[in-house]
Amino acid sequence: MRSTPETTRQDPAQPYDDAFGAVLLNPDRATPQGVSGPHGKAVIKRFNVYRNNVTHSLVTALSEIFPAVAMILGEENFRMIAREFLRVHPPRSRLVFEYGHGFGDFLAGFEPIRHLRYLPDVARLERAWLDAFHAADRTPLAPADLAALPPEALATARFTPHPAMHLMRSDYAVHTIFTAHRTGPMPDRIDAGIAEAALVTRPALDVQVRELDRGQFAFLKALANGAALQQAAGAALEADPGFDLSAAIALMLESGAFETCQAGNDSQNKDESP
Amino acid sequence: MAREAKPLSAIQSRFPAFHPADAPTGAPAGRAGASFKPQHFDAIAENPASVGFVEVHAENYMGAGGPPHAALTAIRNMLPVSLHGVCMSIGGLDPLDPEHLQRFAGLVERYEPFKVSEHLAWSTHDDVFFNDLLPLPYTDETLARVCEHIDQVQEAIGRPMFLENPSTYVLFSESEWRETDFLREIVKRTGCGLLLDINNVFVSATNHGFSATEYLADFPLAHVGEIHLAGHDEQEDDEGAPLLIDSHDRPVADPVWSLYETVIAACGPVDTLIEWDADIPDWPILQSEAAAAERILDRHRTLKPEVKRHALHS
Repeated sequence: MRSTPETTRQDPAQPYDDAFGAVLLNPDRATPQGVSGPHGKAVIKRFNVYRNNVTHSLVTALSEIFPAVAMILGEENFRMIAREFLRVHPPRSRLVFEYGHGFGDFLAGFEPIRHLRYLPDVARLERAWLDAFHAADRTPLAPADLAALPPEALATARFTPHPAMHLMRSDYAVHTIFTAHRTGPMPDRIDAGIAEAALVTRPALDVQVRELDRGQFAFLKALANGAALQQAAGAALEADPGFDLSAAIALMLESGAFETCQAGNDSQNKDESP
Repeated sequence: MAREAKPLSAIQSRFPAFHPADAPTGAPAGRAGASFKPQHFDAIAENPASVGFVEVHAENYMGAGGPPHAALTAIRNMLPVSLHGVCMSIGGLDPLDPEHLQRFAGLVERYEPFKVSEHLAWSTHDDVFFNDLLPLPYTDETLARVCEHIDQVQEAIGRPMFLENPSTYVLFSESEWRETDFLREIVKRTGCGLLLDINNVFVSATNHGFSATEYLADFPLAHVGEIHLAGHDEQEDDEGAPLLIDSHDRPVADPVWSLYETVIAACGPVDTLIEWDADIPDWPILQSEAAAAERILDRHRTLKPEVKRHALHS
């Protein structure tokens, strides 16, 4: 976090928070000057209590945020990698449950686990799960809200995503791997190389994670990006010629992916036309 | 040595110095409570009267919504809630984070806790959050900074807060104040109350080789509105002597119970929290720790607190 060279002697007048901050996350750096034990006792083990507290608490927080990643890597490997992450990306928020948004990207660039190509997306899905857990409480769109739209307005209706909703698409079996390692059961074999998409929602208090097929993903993604229903259905058909619109609308309502819908109008429709 | 950072009268008129006798009626008077953990929700809901109050870490409830708020709302309907902040970084030289302060005040507004507390410690510097209660030297400069920060917190929440004494592992050569004098001066300047963590006293006393009893005799007990008790781990310092770690992961140690009984005998019942934050046991174990504190409180309930206050000084 600080670029002070290892050999730089600390300024004795350095404020205590600068002095601690410069070395807390780095076990190779010397104990700050100006701290001591009582009656001239040594301070190394004493100061290391703070280093241990900081590292242990944050590594533990990461293992609680990413339990599937931790299970896949094994406790020891996970903690080692989490320590590396912590040194490069210490938390910038005081809310521990906000930590680790960059962990997926970090894993993707971490050479020793390059062979676990699915792992970054599993981390991203776990992070999305916790975001959904803490998202604002909102009543999701109800079937009656959709039914209340005039039939001619349905095609051009637009939808506002629910705050807990998160969509992700992966080249790997992210949903299968996530589910096996978080809620189980663990299948005999997982083919990690099968591309999967997932939808995270929290219609009430329980976070839900669903697997989506290609058409459903394209449909919900387009709606989440502000497309009208008809355009989203078009995008879905392009992704999957067998796309089933009524099943996708049922899924959209049941999952609580959206909060509100607005009747469209012709001018909006024209704007969106290619 | 004492300098007035601000006209004292102005601060006192805003935040009258806390005295337990001023506590609003209806609040539990000298009850024992426990840290609230979500896994204990069902057990507590089954018999809320098994504990006098619960305390929550404010930061765990700073998300927008979801299960944490649902649980706290339900608990708040059953029991008095004490709000304990761990990340305000009152003891840091950096200015308080206005966003964090606003979130904190929002929780006070929303849940109307019967007590609000924070630590004489720091945890964020240069935007990096260290997730630990880090120590500060006790100087005129840090005193002024801490008082400024407490003023801001009290301004934001519209009431006095309680400041908790720390457990520490190192000392600062630049410290000019004894911790008890430092706390006394903070109370005088800001009108805040004190949260006396007796395990922290025992941990620091052991680590720094001073007498916990003497520390407590010098502690401004008249301003203590809450007590914390917790378990600690024992390691060794560089010389092989005991180095106690404030781990909150086990039952309260016997010497801490003894110190607690001494304090309660001296100043009468004070709301007391059993803290347990790691290796959290099933509810009956945590509840039985609170019940043990309640029994000590009961033993001293008949005597009038105002008669007994300051008795440790005599």
